Amino acid sequence: MSESIRLRGVHKQFSGNTVLHGIDLDIAAGSVTVILGPSGSGKSTLLRCINHLEKLDGGTIHVGDTLIGYCRKGQALYELPEKAVARQRQRIGMVFQQFNLFPHRTVLQNIADAPIRILGQKRAEVEARAMQLLDQVGLAHRAQAWPRELSGGQQQRVAIARALAMQPEVMLFDEPTSALDPELVGEVLQVMKQLAHSGITMVVVTHEIGFAREVADNLVFMDNGKVVEAGDARALLDNPQHPRLREFLASVL
Amino acid sequence: MSQRPDDDIAGLRIVKHRHWGRWFSALIVLLLLSLVATSMVNNPRFEWDVVAQNLTEESILAGVLMTIELTVISVVFGFAGGTLLALMRLSSNPVLVSVSWAYTWFFRAVPMLVQLFLWYNIAALYPQLSLSLPLVGEVWSAETNEIISPFSAAVLALVIHQSAYAAEIIRAGIQSVGQGQLEAAKALGYRPGQIFRQTVLPQAMRTILPPAGNEVIGQLKTTAVVSVIALQDVLYSAQIIYQRTYEVIPLLLVATLWYLVMTSVLSVLQHYIEVWFSRGNGPARGSWLRRNKGTQESAS
Repeated sequence: MSESIRLRGVHKQFSGNTVLHGIDLDIAAGSVTVILGPSGSGKSTLLRCINHLEKLDGGTIHVGDTLIGYCRKGQALYELPEKAVARQRQRIGMVFQQFNLFPHRTVLQNIADAPIRILGQKRAEVEARAMQLLDQVGLAHRAQAWPRELSGGQQQRVAIARALAMQPEVMLFDEPTSALDPELVGEVLQVMKQLAHSGITMVVVTHEIGFAREVADNLVFMDNGKVVEAGDARALLDNPQHPRLREFLASVL
Repeated sequence: MSQRPDDDIAGLRIVKHRHWGRWFSALIVLLLLSLVATSMVNNPRFEWDVVAQNLTEESILAGVLMTIELTVISVVFGFAGGTLLALMRLSSNPVLVSVSWAYTWFFRAVPMLVQLFLWYNIAALYPQLSLSLPLVGEVWSAETNEIISPFSAAVLALVIHQSAYAAEIIRAGIQSVGQGQLEAAKALGYRPGQIFRQTVLPQAMRTILPPAGNEVIGQLKTTAVVSVIALQDVLYSAQIIYQRTYEVIPLLLVATLWYLVMTSVLSVLQHYIEVWFSRGNGPARGSWLRRNKGTQESAS
């Protein structure tokens, strides 16, 4: 199962400083979208708005038919209580730059806790699925390890498995390889490539142009809180139209 | 023929540095300790036979139980109240924040002994306590003096005192848990209550436990002040006996020994609780200098 994502006029400010200037974006169900942009362009903030880790100051975000974070009555958007937002987030997986594994839980517990505790699924079933996921990310032999005993690349692969254990319809990746040693980036990208072929909707904020070229369907280039250019990933990378994107690609490649 | 310094490497051996200073200082300290020990054994005024005889005296044991009871009650309710105060302090409601701050400010400022007298004499302020509901009228009332016994006054004072201190310890613990942990839990779809219980608190415990252990042991000893309102804890039980027999020092030693025993049990308990809550974070013991070595020891 995968869902589409629809952003309309998304505005976000941080203490008076506007970081998102009315973003409109359509992300098709099952597609892989890479968001590129210089630091401070608002790409991480945009991603964090999709699962409501950041509240919006204007506009709407839908995942499938669900309006995220608000309940619309007429022309008013009422903020949903945290519990209701939590329910919406169950369908949206997220992977963080700093992995954020729970240090007091083993690798297996990190993956199995949420489906057991949040969705009330049976422990045996969940653990079997967690082992399968660990196998997919190549870490079945580390199921009983503590997060601190793993390398950064391994931790990030566990974090991906943890998000997938909730069987989300959408996966958000916030610079998943930026905190890794260069030699560990490949193993994480490899897992993400496999995932891209599984048909889940993926939105990836990254600087890995190679990943974008190889795996992404769409590319969104942001600068100063606006979408400067968006479209087919390969076409844009090979033939960037906007001078700002050309400049950016020249500097990172 | 001259020999180069790095010839014959195979025959080289490492001679450990001898710490003569360590041997010397250990010797001096052991000598001093043995002097203290001999004097304690040989000085007849310690009256060790009286100590032994009174150690398991019925009233002393009852006093020990009272001390334990007061400690358990004040720690359990004190830390429960402290958790509530910490959550209020960290909430986004300015009224709750201020009330929690004011509570901690006030009850940390008033000495335990003064509080104990105040609660014991609360009847002077409120001679009668009653509960009235609108429409129904008075549903319950009682003379304050019937409710405030030495025990209830002690419990009130100890719990209130303990919760003010516990609040700060728990607040520090909660704040030690990183923002990333909260975001990870939120992103998975945990509800706020679950995030607190399953993500924040277990990790906060690592920070909370060492000062909390201190607090609990401190509280155990603080309970000794209840002797001033004639509540029979271990100290007051000893006092009752020596007021009759004039064996002041031996009876104070009896109380001291019991405090030592209880504190030791708590210290051992604290150690095991700390080991449990530091799971996943490497050894709880070890030199502070070496603590974080080997973080990646089993990374492939």
